[in-house]
Amino acid sequence: MVPASYYLALSAALFVIGILGVLLRRNALVMFMSLELMFNAGNLAFVTFARMFGQLEGQIFVFFVMTVAAAEVAIGLALMVEIFRSKHSINMDEINTLKG
Amino acid sequence: MNPLILTTFFPLVGFVVIAFLGAQQKALIRWVALATSLVTFLLSLWMLAQFQVGPAGFQMNTGKLVWAIAGNAEISAAMGIDGLGLLMVLLTTLLTPIAILSTWESVRERVKGFMLFFLLLETGMIGVFAALDLVLFFLFWEFTLVPMYFLIGMWGGERRVYAAIKFFLYTMAGSVFMLLAIIYMGVQSGTFYLPDLIANRAQFAGVQLWLFLGFAIAFAVKVPMWPLHTWLPDAHVEAPTAGSVILAGVLLKMGTYGFLRFNLPLFPQASVQLAPWIAGLAVIGILYGAIVSYAQHDMKRLVAYSSVSHLGFVMLGIFALNLQGISGAILQMVNHGLSTGALFLIVGMLYERKHTREMEAYGGIWKVVPWMGALMLIVTLSSLGLPGLNGFVGEFTILLGAFGSQAIGSQVLVGVATLGVIFAAVYLLFLFERVFLGGMRHAENANLLDLNWREVAMLLPLLILIFWIGIYPKPFFDLIAPTAQNLVTLVQSAPYSALLGH
Amino acid sequence: MLFQGIGAAGGSFSLVPWVVFLPVLGLLLNLLIGKRLGERGVGWIASLAVGAAFAVSALLAFSLMQHPEAVRVPLFDWITVGDFSASWAFRVDTLSVTMMLVVSGVGTLIHIYAAGYMHHDVRHNGEPARYTRFFVYMNLFIAAMMILVSADNYLMLFVGWEGVGLCSYLLIGFWFEKGAGEIANAKAAKKAFIANRIGDFGLLIALFLIFWNFHSLQFDEVFRQAAGAQPWVIRAITLFMLLGVAGKSAQIPLYVWLPDAMAGTTPVSALIHAATMVTAGVYLVTRTHVLYSLDATSQSTVAWVGAATALFAATIAVGQYDIKKVLAYSTISQLGFMVAAVGMGAYVGGMFHLITHAFFKALLFLAAGSVILGMESGQEVAYGHGGHGSSAAHEEFDPQDMRNMGGLRGRMPFTFWVYTIGSLALAGIAPLSGFFSKDEIMVAASQMNPAIFVILLLAVFLTAFYSWRQVSLVFFGSSRTRAAGAASENAPIITVPLIILAVLAVLGGLINFPGVNTLSGWLEHTLGALPEAAFNPLIAGVSLIVALAGIAAAWLSYGRQTATRPNRLDPIENNAAPLFNALAHRWWVDEMYQAVFIRPYQAIANFLAQVVDQGLIDGIVNGAGVVSRAAAQGVRQIQTGFVRSYALMVLLGVVAILTYLIVWRVP
Repeated sequence: MVPASYYLALSAALFVIGILGVLLRRNALVMFMSLELMFNAGNLAFVTFARMFGQLEGQIFVFFVMTVAAAEVAIGLALMVEIFRSKHSINMDEINTLKG
Repeated sequence: MNPLILTTFFPLVGFVVIAFLGAQQKALIRWVALATSLVTFLLSLWMLAQFQVGPAGFQMNTGKLVWAIAGNAEISAAMGIDGLGLLMVLLTTLLTPIAILSTWESVRERVKGFMLFFLLLETGMIGVFAALDLVLFFLFWEFTLVPMYFLIGMWGGERRVYAAIKFFLYTMAGSVFMLLAIIYMGVQSGTFYLPDLIANRAQFAGVQLWLFLGFAIAFAVKVPMWPLHTWLPDAHVEAPTAGSVILAGVLLKMGTYGFLRFNLPLFPQASVQLAPWIAGLAVIGILYGAIVSYAQHDMKRLVAYSSVSHLGFVMLGIFALNLQGISGAILQMVNHGLSTGALFLIVGMLYERKHTREMEAYGGIWKVVPWMGALMLIVTLSSLGLPGLNGFVGEFTILLGAFGSQAIGSQVLVGVATLGVIFAAVYLLFLFERVFLGGMRHAENANLLDLNWREVAMLLPLLILIFWIGIYPKPFFDLIAPTAQNLVTLVQSAPYSALLGH
Repeated sequence: MLFQGIGAAGGSFSLVPWVVFLPVLGLLLNLLIGKRLGERGVGWIASLAVGAAFAVSALLAFSLMQHPEAVRVPLFDWITVGDFSASWAFRVDTLSVTMMLVVSGVGTLIHIYAAGYMHHDVRHNGEPARYTRFFVYMNLFIAAMMILVSADNYLMLFVGWEGVGLCSYLLIGFWFEKGAGEIANAKAAKKAFIANRIGDFGLLIALFLIFWNFHSLQFDEVFRQAAGAQPWVIRAITLFMLLGVAGKSAQIPLYVWLPDAMAGTTPVSALIHAATMVTAGVYLVTRTHVLYSLDATSQSTVAWVGAATALFAATIAVGQYDIKKVLAYSTISQLGFMVAAVGMGAYVGGMFHLITHAFFKALLFLAAGSVILGMESGQEVAYGHGGHGSSAAHEEFDPQDMRNMGGLRGRMPFTFWVYTIGSLALAGIAPLSGFFSKDEIMVAASQMNPAIFVILLLAVFLTAFYSWRQVSLVFFGSSRTRAAGAASENAPIITVPLIILAVLAVLGGLINFPGVNTLSGWLEHTLGALPEAAFNPLIAGVSLIVALAGIAAAWLSYGRQTATRPNRLDPIENNAAPLFNALAHRWWVDEMYQAVFIRPYQAIANFLAQVVDQGLIDGIVNGAGVVSRAAAQGVRQIQTGFVRSYALMVLLGVVAILTYLIVWRVP
């Protein structure tokens, strides 16, 4: 049986990749995918801990996360389509109209 | 049904009706608003009829209806009224229809919005005078800001946005301190219900100076006390006539009302301790307001500064902390609402005719508008405290009380305040002379129209009260007496009375 | 309770509120239906209202003869707060009824006169519609004056006190669009009101002191406790009250409003600014004699203020050319006599002079009005009916300037005679009324204070001098203008009141004739037993001789004035120009007040309004706004708008929190 620490290491690695993706990439779509990666890193950690402690809450929480993530993707993609329509670009560095 | 609750929330009925009317049905909207405010006035008269003159304490009390619990503290929807509150509510319900009537021709744009805000404002103001729970009071208190902000900001003069924001932020800033004090008291005692807090006020004895100041700053801004007054001239000048009438007539009274309702009974020791200082500021306000009024060119600005002076008298009376001072102050709150309200109405009438508030643009117009001149003269005289009219009764009682006040303890200070009656004559007669007397300086003024029936209808109730209070103020003093007596007893009660001995 | 004490004395005392109600009724009638009645009806109603008040006063006087003790008639509560209470309550005693008789008696005559005078005046000023308004104001004045003299407590007295001030304001400013720069009348009215308000301030403070020391403002109650009060309290009360007296009765230093008040029409000057209102101060001191008698310092202060005013104003009167200004300063001077008298404790003398002065000064003012009307009609005859104020000549011509008159004796014989009677009474020539009343004051002065006696004697000389100077300039010599040459006598409605007043001015001395002392006996019921001012032939002789010398001097200087050139006809002006200049400019007191009080006040007001209020206080408020805006300006730099930098911030924040939790919080 694979030890829990392996799962956790994988989860951490995925999370870091996600962070780097959000921070370094300019394409909104890619940033979005990186966000999803972070979500799933979290999910993996939840499931791991649930298994480790023999409790169900972690598994149940993953479902919540997936639901929220789905809703978030729906809204996020809709926003992105709107942004692309008006700006003809989804490069996040070009979208800074909320500058103070 | 409790007449107090009916009176407080009836304007919302009109609000709902108008909300369903089309924006273009201006005449209908006006009539609905006027009818609503008139019915509210009748309801408040019914309340007066139900009110028992004599016993102290709050009547038509809804009791503690707890509607929320914050931490350990119960927030209740308690409302009730005593002589002081009743007079203020009556003043509000009287001035509101008059103010609405004054917009008949001056407000032509966005009538629907104007009336909606106005009716909201009325409920807010009555609520302030009826709330017996600190949180409820604070809600109404802040609630009145919003409609007034929009009334000034949307229907005001040239610098309306500046004036509206200044008004809003200044009052808000002051209220923050009061909110802190309210939260502290609620958390400490587990209730925000005023009668309970007054009964248990001993538990705040240690920090009452700070709590007093927290409330006092909020109220002092509203009064406005010198030197926190500079929002007032701007707000008055920019506000539409109806706004000025309500602002001077009612909103300023919320400040002095607050001192009477909260500061005195809750923090008696601090009141006694700070009385000389507040009286000092009040006297500065009396003289400063009067002197600065004299240097104004704008009629509304002049009247605005005169409010600083008049409210200084009220503050002086309150912190005389004796029967005469407090009774006079309460009566003078009513008087100021009537006289200054009428002054703003007449200035507004002139503005409607000539579209300027500069005194320079008038002069000698008594010749062409004899009735307006005569009524203006009466209102001016009432404002400068001519015996036989209302202003004198209030001013004299206040000064008499302050002169013998142990709390203020300085007859010289009150003597200096009495100089205010001279300065009042100087600036008010100056106003009357510049506008109505002398030769006609501008030929086009020969075509000014005298009062029409609508305008007479607006001024007549105020004039009747001006004479009534001047000649036979007994019914008013009868209403005031239990509250004033109660306040004096509370302030002078056992643990604090020693301080008064000094 | 309400009518307690009246029952015993008969019913007529309960009529006393009508001395106020009747004039109020008159003014309400005129206000409501005056327009429909026309001038004649308005004049009738107003005069009848005052006449009826006189009848009531006479009835009260009659009842008092049987029952001379003071009767109080409460009407209803006014202000009751805690232990303070003041009600609308009337007081009928010999003093108040004396004042009522003077006010309503002289008032009635002046109302009748005014009904005729104002007919011309409103037409001369081109505004006939204002006729009604005049009589509304006049009735209001009578009502206020009646409140003043019939009050049973100081607060109600104060109502009348300020009420008459208001009416004075309204009537001085009656032609508010006239005068120099079309504003002078309005400014004169304002000046009167404010000078009076300064006095009222003093009276208010006196009221506060009275209440907090005696716990009442009711006369009897105050006087009953007065003896037990601390001396400084009495002194403070009486001296603050003196300030009120100085305001209302035009004494130094507040007299400056009265000469300007001549902007009011002549009946107003006669009624308010000579016969009644300005004597209110004398009445107040007499009413408060209990307090004044307790403090010698206050008393002598009052006496000195009166004496100084008597002399000072008399000097100024010598240098005036305006027929009404002379009378105005003469009034101030005579009021000084009265104030000096009551200051020296000669209350009966003061009241006596008050009454006779009301007769002869009202007579003089009304006669002066007759002269002015004559001049105006002469002007219209001489220059034609050029319309009102349309021709330049009309504008420049001043019908009140004595330099434009001369020789009116022949043109207006009737007016000449009554004017001469008035002047001789004013000068104090036996056996006219002024002689007796002034003599009583002189006797008191000679007993109390020789210095004041000398000052008053000088004033007597000057009084006779300027009186006869006026008569000479107006009536003798030859006419100096075409208008004066064409002047004509007036209608009976003007002249009949003059006859009655002239008779009163002649016979007024009988009221307190030496040896009989009717007035002393009458007032004793109210004032208590007072030292008898016995007739002293020596004093009487001296003051008579001084007065005759004044007349002689004036006759020598002005009597044979034949100059046809209107300017520079005064011998004093020709021979002692600087002195005359000082007199003509009223010793520059107005200019001094302007420089010392008014201009600094305006400067301070502007400074406070511009620099302190808008600059400093509002600057701080707006400064707070500016500061928070500047702070926001700095912080907003963080808000770059780049999503990725926000993400980085979030990351750093998370790392920071986690580090804190792991390193410090995990055990």
